Amino acid sequence: MKSAKQETVPIATSSDVVMARQKVRQWAIEMKFTLVDQTKLVTAASELARNALEHGKGGHMVIEQVENSVKNGLKLVFEDRGPGISDVDAALRDGFTTGGGMGLGLGGSKRLVNDFQIESEPGKGTRVTVVRWK
Amino acid sequence: MERIPILRMGQFLLVTIQVDMHDRLAVQLQDDLTEKISECSSRGVLIDISTLEIVDSFIGRMLANIAAMARVLDAETVVVGMQPAVAITLVELGMSLSGVRTALNVETGMELLYELRGDFNSEMGG
Amino acid sequence: MSKLPEMINKHHEEIRADWLKQMSTAVRRADLISNEELESQSRELMDAIASGARSGELTNLDGPAWGQARDTLGAISTSRAKQGFSTSETATFVLSLKQPIFNAVRRENPSDPAALFDDIWKSTQLIDKLALITADAFQASREKFIARQQEELMELSTPVVKLWDGILALPIIGTLDSARTQVVMESLLQAVVQTNSRVAIIDITGVPTVDTLVAQHLLKTITAARLMGADCIISGVRPQIAQTIVHLGIDLAGVITKAKLSDAFALALQRTGQVVTKVNGDNAGKRTLLRREE
Repeated sequence: MKSAKQETVPIATSSDVVMARQKVRQWAIEMKFTLVDQTKLVTAASELARNALEHGKGGHMVIEQVENSVKNGLKLVFEDRGPGISDVDAALRDGFTTGGGMGLGLGGSKRLVNDFQIESEPGKGTRVTVVRWK
Repeated sequence: MERIPILRMGQFLLVTIQVDMHDRLAVQLQDDLTEKISECSSRGVLIDISTLEIVDSFIGRMLANIAAMARVLDAETVVVGMQPAVAITLVELGMSLSGVRTALNVETGMELLYELRGDFNSEMGG
Repeated sequence: MSKLPEMINKHHEEIRADWLKQMSTAVRRADLISNEELESQSRELMDAIASGARSGELTNLDGPAWGQARDTLGAISTSRAKQGFSTSETATFVLSLKQPIFNAVRRENPSDPAALFDDIWKSTQLIDKLALITADAFQASREKFIARQQEELMELSTPVVKLWDGILALPIIGTLDSARTQVVMESLLQAVVQTNSRVAIIDITGVPTVDTLVAQHLLKTITAARLMGADCIISGVRPQIAQTIVHLGIDLAGVITKAKLSDAFALALQRTGQVVTKVNGDNAGKRTLLRREE
């Protein structure tokens, strides 16, 4: 496996959220995603990175180039060490919020990617995995 | 601390967002703008986001907040120059910014502000 | 072991000559393919079969020995699909090899009926397999061709036209699905920026049905346009579609809809502060003039 196919970005401050966005943009441009697809993926990354920072007390994002039999994609994994989410279904609903935001973070970013997976264990943290296919 | 400059053009304020904003900068802009509207008795705010590559729910919320706060201070807000890819993404995200007025560019945004204030003929600086 | 592979190799020139003679009377389509092309295709294929037969393997054609034959058949199928041959015509080209080969087999086994039958059975299996490969390749290239046409059609079918200064029109023809809406939305918004248009008319006269999904797609496009500072007007709402929209409970509140494109255009002119007036004069009864309202 080529080392250039994966990268880890720490998420500890709000500047890291900006950095995460820029990294995802770079990768998406390199993989020749269309401008709309780039924008969707970067926006989803921004939402999820902010979630990891605000609700998960920080963590990191792993960017990885993936492929299945027919197409290429970009996979982003967000891991935090926060309190976890006790009701994942409720958290995915639009308007659900605990942080005073609009509650579009999780549900909204799910609509911006093709695959969306969330694993959470109360007390241990949350891992969100998303893939956007080209 | 880094700040987004706010230009005064007569009775209106003009903000051009040109950086990839982190969240604190967005909150700072919200504070600065309301301060400035009150200080200058501004009647309108024009926010140019034509160089902004993404608008996520945080920045979207900031824009909606600015518009709502400005309205309370008797000023109209027009957001101009949103890029197609950004607009498509924002809709998919579930934000329609229904309380925010929009225009294609600074020029039509200015026209809209004059129209909203109901005085087409007044010159800037008046 | 069968003598068939050896026989094909030894006599492949005669078989080919026999084959060409057959084709000239039976399956040739002079309107679609030239003699020279047919000649070179049959030579290529016969050579490839001979080289495949040299391996001694006649039942399993997936191996490397038959690679050349598979490639040749693929290329022939692709060119035939483009030339407009039907599937059966293309398959018959290969199947017509049977008789020449049977003839050769008979000449080779004049006095041994068991061996004759055995070789005929083997060669018939071989040709059938080759014909199946041809049919598959033909089908695949047709599908590719159709997919490409669909893509081209999708781009063709979403033309954004500039109606007037600051007014765009997007006539949609055919069903709106997710993929198509994406293309429609992008080209419309791009055109809004390029032409600096404040009003976009989406004409759905050519859309056969409007279901909840189509309505949702339309609403998204309208919302995105509004975020950029452009208003959308939907025109061409036919009576049945108006009924469907109400029956489905689709909420089009906040969306301006007009029955006809001309009504939408009139509203768009008004929105952009323009009027169309008749010019009075001897011969000017039908001419109209546009001026900007001051």
